[in-house]
Amino acid sequence: MTQQTLTPQQVYRKQAAGEALGPDGNDVQHRHVLTVLVENSLGALNRVANLFSQRGFNLESVSVGEAKDPQLRRMTLVTTGNDRIIAQVIRQLNALIDTLEVEDVTAYDHIERELCLVQVRCSATERHALTSVVDIFRATVVNITPDSLTFEVTGPPTKINAFIGMMRDYEVLEVARSGRVAMRRELAFEH
Amino acid sequence: MQTEFDVQKKSPTQSSSADQVGQGLVTGAEILIRSLEAEGVEIVFGYPGGAVIGIYDTMHRLKPAFKHVLVRHEQGGTHAAEGYAKSTGKVGTVLVTSGPGATNCVTGIADAYMDSIPMVVFTGQVPTKLIGNDAFQECDMIGVTRSITKHSFLVRNVAELAETVKKAYYIAGTGRPGPVVVDLPKDMLMAKAPFHYPKSVSIRGYSFAGKGNRKQIQKAAELINAAEKPLFYVGGGTIISDAAVELTRLARKANIPVTTTLHGLGSFPENDPLSVGMLGMHGTWFANKSVQNTDLLIAVGARFDDRVTGKIEAWAPHAKIIHMDIDPACISKNVPADCPILGDVKLVLKDLEPLVEARSAASRKSWLEQIDVWKAECPMDFKRDGKLRPQEIIRALRDKTGGNATVVTDVGQNQMWGAQFFTYVQPRTHITSGGLGTMGFSLPAAMGVAFGKKPGDSPVISINGDGGVMMNIQELGVAAAHKLPLKVVILNNSYLGMVRQWQELFHEERYSHTDLAPTNPDFIVLAKAFGCEAIRCDKPEDIQATIDAAWEVTDRPVVMEFVVVMEEKVFPMVPSGATTDEMITASSEDIA
Ligand SMILES: Cc1ncc(C[n+]2csc(CCOP(=O)(O)OP(=O)(O)O)c2C)c(N)n1
Ligand SMILES: [Mg+2]
Repeated sequence: MTQQTLTPQQVYRKQAAGEALGPDGNDVQHRHVLTVLVENSLGALNRVANLFSQRGFNLESVSVGEAKDPQLRRMTLVTTGNDRIIAQVIRQLNALIDTLEVEDVTAYDHIERELCLVQVRCSATERHALTSVVDIFRATVVNITPDSLTFEVTGPPTKINAFIGMMRDYEVLEVARSGRVAMRRELAFEH
Repeated sequence: MQTEFDVQKKSPTQSSSADQVGQGLVTGAEILIRSLEAEGVEIVFGYPGGAVIGIYDTMHRLKPAFKHVLVRHEQGGTHAAEGYAKSTGKVGTVLVTSGPGATNCVTGIADAYMDSIPMVVFTGQVPTKLIGNDAFQECDMIGVTRSITKHSFLVRNVAELAETVKKAYYIAGTGRPGPVVVDLPKDMLMAKAPFHYPKSVSIRGYSFAGKGNRKQIQKAAELINAAEKPLFYVGGGTIISDAAVELTRLARKANIPVTTTLHGLGSFPENDPLSVGMLGMHGTWFANKSVQNTDLLIAVGARFDDRVTGKIEAWAPHAKIIHMDIDPACISKNVPADCPILGDVKLVLKDLEPLVEARSAASRKSWLEQIDVWKAECPMDFKRDGKLRPQEIIRALRDKTGGNATVVTDVGQNQMWGAQFFTYVQPRTHITSGGLGTMGFSLPAAMGVAFGKKPGDSPVISINGDGGVMMNIQELGVAAAHKLPLKVVILNNSYLGMVRQWQELFHEERYSHTDLAPTNPDFIVLAKAFGCEAIRCDKPEDIQATIDAAWEVTDRPVVMEFVVVMEEKVFPMVPSGATTDEMITASSEDIA
């Protein structure tokens, strides 16, 4: 763990010794992106999600799909919480019989991607203006009706947020986000 | 309708092809029984019902190599399996029907999970086709037990049943042990497959620690060699790992005092001068004093539970901490370790011993003398004023057996007196529900212990309160039917004593719903109705005669009801959430 928050005992001891607690103080919350390789078995996904709900952690996004080995599933989970407790949850995730690999990719250089479908109300006269905005995001039109357009856009979550933000100028009818998928980035030319 | 047609068309071919293969195919029920035999299961605690009637029918026909004990409540069955497992170190086995049979096991499963007890619970389930339909006696046991099992299986293919059984026992019994549920839909028990019990299984997502990291062990040795006031803090993991011998050898070699948790009792002989007894909420004054003053706490298979640490911030304030444990999720969970060692504590201690320098008692004089002062300051004792006090009874039991007995305590004051006033000298001789604190544990668990004993083994003593004993009293009939020579002690204080103690100390003596006198039965009549011997004792002078008479009974359980003083409290006590330094003792209570 690169950055660990202090346990109550560490805080107490530091305070007793008159030491500074550090800029982070005690209860540091960070966003964590975890990838978990699990057995494609009944209940495996349940057990993983259970560990978070037990602790009262909100899962901001969960995505699951086949991994390289078709018998396995790769889950990407995004959650925010006390770093020390997240480290504990990771150990507990590792302890599950169904998990083969658990990684907190937030600690590494990594790639995050998300797919999003957005349907907006759009008349024939607005179409041209709208598609020019959309081009900047390299979104594609996947459905068209006389008064609506549906776009598909992929990219890092920040881009998706920006895209949805831009669509607010129009009447957004529906949004569906896939949840993030993430992977560590191999750096071949580090030096 | 088309599906029905399909089924009709298919099934004759299926069964005829099965017939052609011939005798190679057996039912799931038979596969289960053969698998248990192949696994070496000695005893199954069970209760039949519709979903598992096929298993019971096959058992009747096959006369399996294991013994089946018909308990009188499934919860009793789970506790019996726990007692058997804790006492023998083997995996306990439970077999129950679907729905209510299964849910009756939930408390026992949670108890086994909290206390890391290896147990496999086979639960019946409605036929696969009906799952999710709210069928009669359906309950999603996998869902219900998800957070209280080490793992669980729903059998969906009879051909995988034998391997699933093997996996269940493997997972339950290895690493940090725990309960495993195997849910058996009724159709899986009737479907047929060839029987083959695998010799070994590999589960790719499952591994557990073995030897500890050499560098960390080296670092631990250096810390120990440099420490002036070291202290072993020993938990139940030491007993699970069969490491009592290694621990004792190392502690004596370096003259390091030892305190144990409730579950660690017996891992180090309490009659050794280096023993400071149990620590924690109701630990000894001298154990807790030692913790607050040690400069190096060596935690062995312990988990820094809140009943041990009290207000965790102020616990062991001067100590560096070495923490050895097999469970990575346990290390540094509550208290950060300066030197964590992940591994099987038996192997870690073995590797550590040669690196630790021998120290004579003389060279540790000031630390050991300080502990002796604390021991003299506040020894474990009780009032002798002619009234019948529970502590004196536990002491008498110890003197009767010389500590050579398995003591199974319930929950409440009786549990703490049982821990404090008996002297535990061997591992696996103290059994209790520590993590979950399940009232009603002792009687069935003691029964399970007794089933694992051979004639001539040391006696099994079940210590109960008048509250808890009623929660699984039905198992007395089972113990009697099997002629188990259980020594059942009821410390009858007419109260939910432990709750009463909290009400007295922290709720201004508002004794809300803790008086049991109006609903207590006549325990003597009750015990006799179950076919047990029964003796009542209400005077300290009769303790010895009562115990002597009880020890004469060898062909059935004997219930000793001790009518003890109602107001006795358990001391010392670290009030819940207080710091260990704020410990209350019996004498400070007298002054107050
Ligand atoms: C199943 C269950 N219900 C409630 C409790 C809470 N509880 C803890 S100790 C206790 C009192 C136990 O009374 P008794 O069995 O008479 O033992 P004593 O403390 O008097 O020795 C209670 C109610 C519990 N631990 N388990
Ligand atoms: Mg009582």
